[in-house]
Amino acid sequence: MKYSYMGKGVPRIDAFEKVTGTALYTGDLRFPGMLYTKLLKSPLGHARIVNIDTGEAEKLPGVRAVLIGKEAPYKFGIYMGDKTVLASGKVRHVGEPVAAVAADTEEIAERAVELIKVEYEELPGAFDVLKAMEDGAPLVHENMSEYRHAPFIYPKSGTNIANHFKLRKGDVERGFKEADVVIENEFYQPQVQNVQMETHTSIGQWLPNGQINIWTSAQSPFAVRHLLSVGLGVPLHKINVVVPYLGGGFGGKAGLHWEPLVVLLSKKAGGRPVRLVMTREEQFYTTAVRQGFYARIKTGAKRDGKITAGAFFYVWDAGAYADYGVNITRAAGYSCTGPYEIPHIKCDSLTVYTNHPYGTAYRGFGHPEFHFATERQMDLLARAIGMDPVEFRLKNAAVPGRITATGEKLREDAGRVDECIKAVVEAIGWGKKAPKEVNGKLRGKGIAALWKAPAMPSSTSSSAILKLNEDGSVTLSISSTEMGQGTPTGLAQMVADELQMPIEKVKVVTKRETDFSPYTWQTVASRGLFMEGNATLDAVRNLKEQVKTTAAELLGVPKKELEVAEERVFALGRPDKSIPLAKLATAGIFPDGRGIGGPVLGYGYYTAEGLTNLDPETGQGLPALMWTFGAQGAEVEVDPETGDVRVVKMASAFDIGRAINPLLLKGQVYGGIVQGIGSALMEEFIFDERGALLNKNLTDYKICRTQDIPEEMVFIPIENPQRNAPHGVRGIGEHPRISIEPAIANAIYDAAGIDLFEIPMNRERVWRALRKKGEKRAFA
Amino acid sequence: MKKEIEFTINGKSRKLTVKPNELLLNVIREDLGLTGTKYGCGTGECGACTVLIDEEPVLSCLTLAITVDKKKVTTIEGIGTDENPHPLQQAFVETGAVQCGFCTPGMILSAKTLLDKNPNPTEDEIKRAIEGNLCRCTGYIKIIEAIKLASVRMGGRRK
Ligand code: FES
Ligand code: FES
Repeated sequence: MKYSYMGKGVPRIDAFEKVTGTALYTGDLRFPGMLYTKLLKSPLGHARIVNIDTGEAEKLPGVRAVLIGKEAPYKFGIYMGDKTVLASGKVRHVGEPVAAVAADTEEIAERAVELIKVEYEELPGAFDVLKAMEDGAPLVHENMSEYRHAPFIYPKSGTNIANHFKLRKGDVERGFKEADVVIENEFYQPQVQNVQMETHTSIGQWLPNGQINIWTSAQSPFAVRHLLSVGLGVPLHKINVVVPYLGGGFGGKAGLHWEPLVVLLSKKAGGRPVRLVMTREEQFYTTAVRQGFYARIKTGAKRDGKITAGAFFYVWDAGAYADYGVNITRAAGYSCTGPYEIPHIKCDSLTVYTNHPYGTAYRGFGHPEFHFATERQMDLLARAIGMDPVEFRLKNAAVPGRITATGEKLREDAGRVDECIKAVVEAIGWGKKAPKEVNGKLRGKGIAALWKAPAMPSSTSSSAILKLNEDGSVTLSISSTEMGQGTPTGLAQMVADELQMPIEKVKVVTKRETDFSPYTWQTVASRGLFMEGNATLDAVRNLKEQVKTTAAELLGVPKKELEVAEERVFALGRPDKSIPLAKLATAGIFPDGRGIGGPVLGYGYYTAEGLTNLDPETGQGLPALMWTFGAQGAEVEVDPETGDVRVVKMASAFDIGRAINPLLLKGQVYGGIVQGIGSALMEEFIFDERGALLNKNLTDYKICRTQDIPEEMVFIPIENPQRNAPHGVRGIGEHPRISIEPAIANAIYDAAGIDLFEIPMNRERVWRALRKKGEKRAFA
Repeated sequence: MKKEIEFTINGKSRKLTVKPNELLLNVIREDLGLTGTKYGCGTGECGACTVLIDEEPVLSCLTLAITVDKKKVTTIEGIGTDENPHPLQQAFVETGAVQCGFCTPGMILSAKTLLDKNPNPTEDEIKRAIEGNLCRCTGYIKIIEAIKLASVRMGGRRK
């Protein structure tokens, strides 16, 4: 074959635009008459809004619209319709917007916001997730039972519990009786922020004729359109959502966020376009963040290393709104064991409202949180039965043929966690003799495994359109957005390979626009290359079918003898029977001038296969389209005096099925690992006792900078192809971000003999643990 | 009181009337329409708004526009052309140093000053030169690799 792009490190097709500063993001768009928005935010965590006086603000010249919650009573939400765009009746977290102003300039809007007077009556708040579950705790949503929600969500009315996911497999009590050793531990992860470099940005316009136009930094244009239509009660086809490039998403821009607000402001301002760019501070506490997490895990094993039972109790601090949180709770619930077979399982995973900023998806969708707990527990249990943690993991690994927590028997082509673990063991030098102290710092190694499947509705679908152009090139339209992951480049490679044409002749439309683009559910869940890939391959097949049908007539050759390659349709071994694709793009022409066929537009789709709902009482069923398995190995250095932890080396292996583009794949892996290190060692929301976030800027809330990255990162791709995947590929977007925390925590134990149960493992926490253990060098 | 300033932007001379409290970032993005320079925080913490003033990287979100009077301002749009991209731009493309691309303009400008002053930087010097530029996507590895590659191509590094 002349053209072969599979497995090649083709540079991303959008790179040139991005290095020259010409790539457009939502905040770069300009529209005539555009207005600018500023928000008035709540200083209180939980309070009744007694009165809002906007009179002065409205009088300020240049102010075009002032909106308060009472005027926008619409409830929005993808899984749980619990959120209004402005607080109405009461505020539920510090930073929640109470009023919004659209004005000619940001300066005027800002001044107008200062003129709005709000009278609050403070209420007792729910600032601790475990206390929020107790009887008599202040309710964050008194009317939760009236909220519209997805059928697989189980709220408990009269409480703060927005979802209770249950999983029951086997007989957990019997399992614990069979065990020789049973251990129980508690773990904790704080709320954190996605910290996309581009803050949430939306422009909305509600025209007098009812047409609604939106330009937004959203991951999923069709989800925005759908949720807005349902929430506002306006016809779906009257909404057009445009998504240009995104400056990072990491789950935080999935679903719907501030689009309804700018649209409602526009309506009030007579249809002028209204823009909102979140400030960095608002990005921290006004918009969505990652949920906090508490876990209590009890696991039993036999002395020979076989796990007999596991009881998993997961509590998610959803913050003030649980729209996305309820599904994270569910996804973590059905994956609760991590990549191991456990015969007897009980899992309760609960979403709990508190008066914290509202939670949403963040790269890994709950899996980085619960894997910290499960993979720490694996090490602790291995130690308790006196077995090497690697051997213990391999013994219980969820390899093909074994049964998952939901009762799924893993297929032969499901991918291999055991191979990932072994690859990491090799790369990190597990079990090899190494100095325990280097330059006065304690060294150690740790390992953690992982798995994750896309969390999505069972019948999720994607589609693709492939247009043949008059010069024989093709244009691919998909609706999976480009936020840095590189899916469009991978798809261009697939199209070029299938059509055997140079990749330069494959264009992927950069803008997503619901009026024109083919439907896709969302750009989330590490599903893009798999789902859009299958849809794209289907579109290629359809395009080939169309050109062959016309060419068969023109060339007088049966269709089945025709091939497509090098921008031609031809009969094999008959050079005279050949026609350029360019000559078929608008219509074929017979020698006498008659036309045949018509413009060629390949269409393809893919719908997730065989997934089912889960039983509400037992959680049994098939939720996973594919599992991506992996393992992480960390080598760390602990400063016995200060408690400082430095990651010296990371070794990571993922069974990605097939590496379509190793260059972009590595980008996902290294980027994910470094995000994980940030969460493991430094990232954490710190609140005061009344729920005010104290570190809402990038100085007080640190993410990894260049000096925080490991000296060495090794990535080992494992390639066991998945049968129903395009070229065998599995999702990888989120996985490198999972199990970093436990790999580092396990390594810290190996280095310093201290067991950590809380994230982040910052200097103070490590130092305290060292002191407690009696490390003499940990000076007071 | 508005004030008239005269400065060079990407090689062309410009006159503008600006308010004394106007930020350079807004002037570049709104008045000059050069949107390659990004807003990431507005408080000097992320580096997305980096531009060069007289070849030195500065954070345009913390810089008053009036201070560039009689000075030379360079943004990402000004360091290469379509036909002739800057070696750093080319290297960022080839090594996979770009993901979402939001940090990229600032990164490249910080790196440009480094290479202009120090054609053969060590890995540590590279890390230090871009430590004020946050990137949430790449884990920095490929960015460091790209800067090394550009340094070789610009004649700095003898392999
Ligand atoms: S926008 Fe200037 S440093 Fe972040
Ligand atoms: S490439 Fe996305 S922030 Fe750097």
